[in-house]
Amino acid sequence: MEAVDQFFAMGGYARFVWPAFGVAVVVMGGLLAESLLTYRKRQRELKSAEGRRR
Amino acid sequence: MLRLANPNRFMQWSAKLLPGCAIGTAMLLGLGTWLALFVSPADYQQGDAVRIMYVHVPAAWMASFVYAIMALASAVALIWRHPLADIAAQQSAPLGAGFTLLCLVSGSLWGEPMWGTWWVWDARLTSVLVLFFLYLGYIALINAFDDPSRGARAGAILALVGVVNLPIIKFSVDWWNTLHQPASVFRLGTPTIAASMLWPLLIMALGFTLFFVTLLLLRMRSALMAARLRALRLQESQAA
Repeated sequence: MEAVDQFFAMGGYARFVWPAFGVAVVVMGGLLAESLLTYRKRQRELKSAEGRRR
Repeated sequence: MLRLANPNRFMQWSAKLLPGCAIGTAMLLGLGTWLALFVSPADYQQGDAVRIMYVHVPAAWMASFVYAIMALASAVALIWRHPLADIAAQQSAPLGAGFTLLCLVSGSLWGEPMWGTWWVWDARLTSVLVLFFLYLGYIALINAFDDPSRGARAGAILALVGVVNLPIIKFSVDWWNTLHQPASVFRLGTPTIAASMLWPLLIMALGFTLFFVTLLLLRMRSALMAARLRALRLQESQAA
């Protein structure tokens, strides 16, 4: 357990290192989620629009 | 090259390329994060705070790189009026803004323990903040017109004018006094960073780049589908 604690303590810089990686996850994860959701939505819309044509 | 840029062709080859890009991104970012947190050594001066570098530096590189791509696509759109170029530029902008925000926040989190301040109004930090506002201004501008083609044209011109900021960012650390350290990787001569830190950094940077490529392809496909949707709806309303 001590090794785990030591890892998360980041040599006393935990409150700077972890937020930096956290912001990366939030920003890049957010971009990924927004891009994927829009993509799925467009696919659905296009499918139903092309279905109406036939 | 021109044939690959045909929208139908683009939909075909991007569909084939996307799964590989996504898997490659996941692997590189996973490996990079593991190397950054577990394998790479703590710095003899900065201790473990140096690990912020593996987020901050790739984000900073991408902030400028994506802007260069956006400006290049804008130039192609203005000169050859290629519709795919406009879409590429417009879909790059939110990604570039995200990387720039990440660069600014992670830099701030690195500045406080190392410099003793979250922010200074020096040349490097200020020019990157200007880059962030250029992205936001571009996004606002392309959406500000009723006619999307006029918005695209105005945005392309803004993107090209803003290119002047890129060399200012790059050379700000050499031209002016600043707290920010000068370049240690992209410099004349050998990098001034230890190999045990350089490799994790390069892998992370490659992961960020592939992440951008994957999302850009995905977003461009969404934009093309939206255009097709608009055309279909126009036909429907005319037929009714």
